[in-house]
Parts: sequence; structure tokens; C-alpha cells
Amino acid sequence: MNESDTTGSPYAPHTTDERTAMLEAVGVESVEDLFDIPPDVAFEGEYGIDERTERETRRLVRSILDRNDDLTELLGRGHYGYYVPSVVDHLADRSEFLTSYTQYQPEVSQGFLQALFEYQSLLVELTGLEVVNCSMYDAATALGEAATLADRVRGVSGHRVLVPDLLLEGRRDTLENYVAGTDLVVETYPTDDGNVDVDELEDAIDEDVVLVYAENPTVRGTVEERLETVGSLAGDADALFVLGTDPIALSLLQRPADVGADVVVGDASVLGLPTSYGMGLGLFAVRESYLRQVPGRLVGASEDATDRRAYTLTLQTREQHIRRERATSNICTNQAWVALRTAMHAAVLGPEGLVDLAKRGVTGAEALAARVDDLEGVVAPVHDRRHFREFVARVDRPADAVAADLEDLGFAVHVVDNHEIQLCVAGVPDDRIDAFVDAFAEVVR
Amino acid sequence: MTGDAPEPTGDDRVRYDQARYVEDGQYEPLLSEKDLTRVEIDESDSPLPDDLTRESVELPNLSEPELARHYTRLSQMIYGIDSGPYPLGSCTMKYNPKFTEDVAALPSASVHPDRSERSVQGTLELLHRLQEFLGRIGGMDAVTLQPPAGAAGEFVGIRIASAYHEHNDESHRDEVIIPESAHGTNFATAALGGYDVVSLPSDDDGRVDLEALEAALSENTAALMLTNPNTLGLFERDITEIAEMVHEAGGLLYYDGANLNALLGRARPGDMGFDVMHYNVHKTFATPHGGGGPGAGPVGVVEELTPFLPAPRVREAVDSRGGDGNENGSRGDEPAYELFDPEHTIGTVHGYQGNWLVLVKAFAYIARLGDGGLEDASAKAVLNANYLASRIDYDVPYEPFHHEFVASAGEQDAADVAKRMLDYGVHPPTTKWPEIVPEALMTEPTEVESKATLDRLAAAFDAVAGEGDETLEAAPERTTARRIDQTSAARNPSLSWQALDPDSDADGGDEN
Repeated sequence: MNESDTTGSPYAPHTTDERTAMLEAVGVESVEDLFDIPPDVAFEGEYGIDERTERETRRLVRSILDRNDDLTELLGRGHYGYYVPSVVDHLADRSEFLTSYTQYQPEVSQGFLQALFEYQSLLVELTGLEVVNCSMYDAATALGEAATLADRVRGVSGHRVLVPDLLLEGRRDTLENYVAGTDLVVETYPTDDGNVDVDELEDAIDEDVVLVYAENPTVRGTVEERLETVGSLAGDADALFVLGTDPIALSLLQRPADVGADVVVGDASVLGLPTSYGMGLGLFAVRESYLRQVPGRLVGASEDATDRRAYTLTLQTREQHIRRERATSNICTNQAWVALRTAMHAAVLGPEGLVDLAKRGVTGAEALAARVDDLEGVVAPVHDRRHFREFVARVDRPADAVAADLEDLGFAVHVVDNHEIQLCVAGVPDDRIDAFVDAFAEVVR
Repeated sequence: MTGDAPEPTGDDRVRYDQARYVEDGQYEPLLSEKDLTRVEIDESDSPLPDDLTRESVELPNLSEPELARHYTRLSQMIYGIDSGPYPLGSCTMKYNPKFTEDVAALPSASVHPDRSERSVQGTLELLHRLQEFLGRIGGMDAVTLQPPAGAAGEFVGIRIASAYHEHNDESHRDEVIIPESAHGTNFATAALGGYDVVSLPSDDDGRVDLEALEAALSENTAALMLTNPNTLGLFERDITEIAEMVHEAGGLLYYDGANLNALLGRARPGDMGFDVMHYNVHKTFATPHGGGGPGAGPVGVVEELTPFLPAPRVREAVDSRGGDGNENGSRGDEPAYELFDPEHTIGTVHGYQGNWLVLVKAFAYIARLGDGGLEDASAKAVLNANYLASRIDYDVPYEPFHHEFVASAGEQDAADVAKRMLDYGVHPPTTKWPEIVPEALMTEPTEVESKATLDRLAAAFDAVAGEGDETLEAAPERTTARRIDQTSAARNPSLSWQALDPDSDADGGDEN
């Protein structure tokens, strides 16, 4: 497969002479002599993967991805396509950010540590909780980690985890995997017109419950109106109240600390990442009392030998590389670079920009709901609630037929039931919203 | 503030000073020290009633030029792969080709995970092709790309082992065997999966002790997790026998892909008898480490385990060739792709399909290198490790190693050695692990370093090897920050700008 010296990794810089000199220094004749692989397990075959020039590779990837249709996405339900300012790309792509790894040597990694410390601080402000780690993989895995944290906090007593019946399948399923190694069981409680049914929840809660999970906004775009009640019901049962949300929603909606949340999880990449086929950034914030049980990495401020403030990963005895099977989580590689992007995007927006973006989530969703509600064959929103960013609409025609027709006209929407679609305005420019309403009017009749 | 820092000596040593900004006696201020602005949320101009909103938000309000300068300065205070050699053992810090950023940034890559399958055929095709690539590279029959990191891949492997044993009415298997020198994630993952960990000592040569393995295996064994080459860089020569022993006991053999870079083109876990493995694409396939992540940890399995893989998987659609293709998204004679749920799937380990943008970069890297490039990568990674080891004064007790070696700092403290190496403009090795080597310096130069760079790196090792404890304990001197007090950071956690003690932070400056 590689008969001459002319092929090889374009990123391994050795000349033939250098290679010869190095082999001589090591005292072997060929590179093959350095491998200690028994013949019975040596691979003599080929992968059958062609080498390509950089230009050919770019063309290959481009031609494959060109098969994706260029649609205007009115899609949300946990993954959002907000516009990310160019400055975020350019700064985050600086190679010191992109190509370094975990800050095991803090003295030479102060820049990244400071950026992560600022990310933690951003989320401390938005959640009102004192401790934020510097990332889990995504919202679903953050919820899973919250459940194992609840299990550790409660020790031997209690085993029920309560989640809303609306919970996204990917989150529910991931949660189930995270609790598979514990005695916890996941149960659902009902919702009432897109909000927690607090009476049903109260009936469901007993001292065996270790965690109550709710989201704001909910997956159907409704603003949750009863968070304080949920918080006090959970608190009365000595269960953790875990709230799922995101940093844009948090810029306007109730502060988790004010409604009794013990843990906040969610996808923080609503800031910083454009639509990325579900790639995310797991937000994880807790009250200070759970500090020693936090999964993942924490950046703290300390001082260096000159008594100046400096940053370092801290409380690492919680982590797998030190505590092994008694660690608070198995996470090692996380989403640090996405957290950097999130912090950058928030900084570019500033507090006014963040609050404004959040307000437009409400006005944009409710304005679109009103416009499509005027169409014949559509009722929107389905829920008699306030909405953030997205809402469910009822259509007379079968929802999948409506969605397929919309796709032919260049728009992607969620089908959530036989006669229900869901529409999200996050990141969609006004002129595309107008074009969507026209297209929608065409297909719903 | 520098003391007796190393000066250029005319030899191979590098003179190095990392960027350092000092203002009012402190390093670069926090965003919050540059500005904090409180925005009140009033019912008068809010679309929501007061009882559904927060009261205010207080955050920095800075212009784009100020932010560009802030983050540029921060970036200058970070040592990355493009800064110099980064031989962090077990992490495979190889050069990240720039063009992979371009393809991941293509607008056509920016799609929502809930799009219809027919409208994202390009994404599904790329995922399918990457699955095929990885299957061939690992000698595995099927691959899932969902796990967002290596540890998440391990978790998939452990969950698959659980599901498999349960399916065979063998749920009593509650132990996972792991060599003492394994990555910490292995132990933590097994525990997360609800397993008891059985720790396996090494033999005198640094490999799996077959007698100890025999003693550890039982009817309760669910799996053995193994890295090969192991963390000492040694190939587990008895791997065939190990696989037979584990299978004989009814357990599964798990391959931790952290060290796969050593084997590209030369050996495949599937051929060694491994049943399930993960790949670290941010190690072996050069996707950037991003200061800690994101990576991706695809998992490959043998045929018997494919029904248990996470959902959904991508496959070529049945009857996808032919017809006009409008129905299922095929174009001309190109195949169409679809998602499906494996029969006994363990479900999901991520809200969607993992770190998509990372997977695009990994695909591009593999497609760029091809067979020849991949085989060359392992050759030069192993050559570089051996050459570097031959050039340094520190003792390397275990041989023959492959892509990485573990030197011993001997009488010196390995952590101090690492700090002092920073002063010579190189990133130090992983230290104090694996513990089988006293004062371990776990070193993995990867294939991307030239002979000249390795010579300079060796000079840094040797310079430090010749220095006294006092110098080492005072290091580093040329980095942005001097030695940082870890004890007080942990004793008095200060984890946000809100938590900083107003009396001790940048108090030299005036209020803005």
C-alpha cells in the first residue's frame, strides 16, 4: 500500500535522511523493527481508503454535504440555530484555544482557564446558583449526571426520579442509561396544557422521590408558570429540584435560585454554536452545598508565587483521573471549546443584547402564532400559555403531509402529533418568517 | 519578576517567554473588571408579566474591539499544539490540520437534528462513510458515532455489555476487570454502569499478568477493559490468550482506543479478539482538543453485539439505488441513507447524535490521509517516541514501547520536572502516572514532530534532569503565571467572579 517514500502523512515532517538518522540513533534498521506486534494479530490487509490532496478532500466533503437540502428551519425542541457573530468564530478559532488540551499545567494555560472562569461566572449570574462546572456534553447527559448526583446526595434512601411526560425522548433515554447502574427509577408526572400539573405532581411525590425535574421553557415552548410550587413540593420531600433551561431563556425568565432550584441543567450552546445537528454544551449548575458532589471540571481562582490572582482546575479529587471508581463522574474530555464560544457570544451581546434577544423570543413566537392562527385550518398556539421561541400549532390536514409540503417549498418544521406541528422562530430572519407564513397559508388548506 | 531563568546557551535549548500582561499589579483583568452593567427587567417594556421574569441581569457590556483584544490576549496566555511540542502522554496531541475547520464550517453542515431524513442525505452519507472507515480501521463489524467523548464511548461499551449479558440471562455478571495502570475513566465508567471493579496488577514486564487474570476471571465477569499498547506503550503480546481466557469465562473484551495511533495500518482490535471498542477521534484522527473538548468517542462492535448499539443508526436504504429517488432522497444513482433503531438497542447516551462537527473533521482527516497516510502516522509516531527516548537522560524502565514511553524522573519530583520544562518552551509530559513507574513522565511526541524539534525537546528534558530541587520547586518562571497555589484553590474554592474576595482581587485599580 505504501511502497515508496513519496506517500505518507502530510503532517509528519520527516525527510528520508532524518528518518535514517533517527533509526540509527535508536539502533534499528527499519521502523518495522520498532513494532512488537505478534504475527498472528498483525494486520496485513488494507483499509481501502484512498489518499487525497487537501483540495480533493475539501471537494469530497463539500459534494457529500451538498446533498443536504437548503431549507429554512423553524426547528427547535432542544436545539437552536441562533445567529452567531463572526467575531466569535474568528476569536475561538485562534489556534491556542483550538489546539490546547485540558489545563493540567495551569501556569501555561491561564488564558483558557480565565475564559472558563468567566463562563462559569456568566452562568452563576444567570442561574443564581453558586457553582457552575465548565461543561458536560449536552443537556441530556447533564440531566443524567444530575440524577447520579441526587443518588449520591441522598445516599441509601429514595429511588424515584420524576420527569415531565413531555420530556424529549433523547433526554429521557439518556437519563435511563445514566441511572442504569443505580437503584433509581425514572417515572413521569403529567402536564396540564403545557405546564406542570402541580396537583398530580403533589400526589406523585413522596419521601422516596430523590429528584423532580421540570423545564422552563418547556419542550413545547410554553413558559412554565408554577416553578415556585414545583420547587417547594420538591423541597418538602427533601428531593432535588432540577431545572432544565438555557442561557438565553435565563436572560428573561425567572431566575432558578428564586424558584428553589438546586441544580440547573440544559444546553448552553444556544449561545455560541449555530445549528450543529444536535451537538451541544451541557450546562451544569448547583447550589454551593453540593460542591463536593459536582461532576466535571471546575476552574477556581488562586494565587501564584508572585501573589497575583491566577486560575487553576480545582477540587480535582472529585474526578476520574484521581478518584477512579469513586469519582463523581467518568467525564474527562468535555465541551470546553464550546463553553468558550458561549462565553464569547454572551460577551458580544452584553446584558442588553441578551435580554433583548430573550424578549424577542417571546414576541417573535407569539407574533408568529397570531399570524398563523389567522389562517384557515390552523389553531395556534395550542396551549393557552405564554410562549418562548416556539409553540405548537394544530393543523386540520395531517401534520406529516403539511410538513412534507412545506419541505417542498423550502421550510422545515416539527411534526409532534397527527395534527400538530411545532414552529420555532429562533435565528430565523424576519423576511424568512414572512415567506414561511405565505408558504404555510398555501399548504394548510 | 523572573528569577534566574534559563538563558540561551548556544545549544538546542529554546529561550521562551509566554505573554504576560500586568495592570495595577494583577494579570489581565476579568471581563467583569472591565465592565459590569445591570439591566433591569421592567413590566413596562417586557413582553411577560413580572411574576414570570427575573428582576435584572448584571454582566459585562463591552464593545467588539475591546472583546477582540480581551480574547486575543487570553489566547496568547495559552500553550497549544501550534506553539510547540506537546508530548502529553495518552492524549495524542497531534497537529490539527487547518482545512478540517473549513469543511466543518460549511453552511451545508449546519443542519438541525430533527430534519427529515430525505432532507439531510449529505449528513447521513458522511456519517455512514465515517462508520465504514472506522469499522475497517478497527476491524469491527458495526460502529456508532453517537458517544461525544472517549469516556462516553466506554459507557456505551459497558451498557452494551450489560444489555448483552441480560439478553443471555446472565445479569448476575457484576464485575469489570481493569488493569491497575489503566486510564481513570475505565474505572469510573465501570462504576457508573453499576459494576464492581476488579483491579488487575501488572506482571514484572509491565503487561497483563496472566495468572492474576486467571484468578480475577469468574462467572461474575462481565468484561475486561484493556488498552493496547498499554499505558506504558507496551503491546500486550498475550492478547490472543487473554481474549480466549475472557471469552472462556463468558466475558466481553473491551478495547480502550486511546492508544490506537500506535497501530494504524498494523494491527486491529477486532483481529485481536476484542468485542467492543471506542475510538478517540480527537487523538487518533487529529480533531482539535479545544482546551478540553469537544471530542468524539465512536464505538465499534463485532456482529454479535450490533443489535445492542445505541439508536438510531445510519444505513443505506433498502432499494435505494434506482427509481427517480425522489421518495427517499437518493440523487441519480447515489444510494439513499436512513436511520433505524437496532433490535435490542441500549437507547441513547446523548440527546441527539453526538458531536457532529467533530465527526466531520475526523472524516476529512481520514479521507485526506488514506491507507498510506494512516500507516505512516503510526510508523512515525513510534519512531518519534523511540528516538526521543534514546536522546534523554531519564531512565525508561519498560520496553519495547511504541507511540509513547514512560520515563522516570528518579530522585526528582515529576510534577516539578514538568513545571521546569515549561521554562524551556515545551509542554511537559503527563506526570506521576502510571504509578508503576516511580515519578512517571509519560511521553507521547506523536508523528508530527521533526527530528529537530525532538532534539530541542530532548534538550529540555536533559536540562531539567541536570537541575537541582530548588530550581525545580521555583519553576516555572517564564510562563504567564508563576507556580500556582493548588492547596488554597481547593481549600477556599473561588469559582466565579462573584465569589472573589473584594479585598484580595485586583484592588489596585480604580472603579470604572
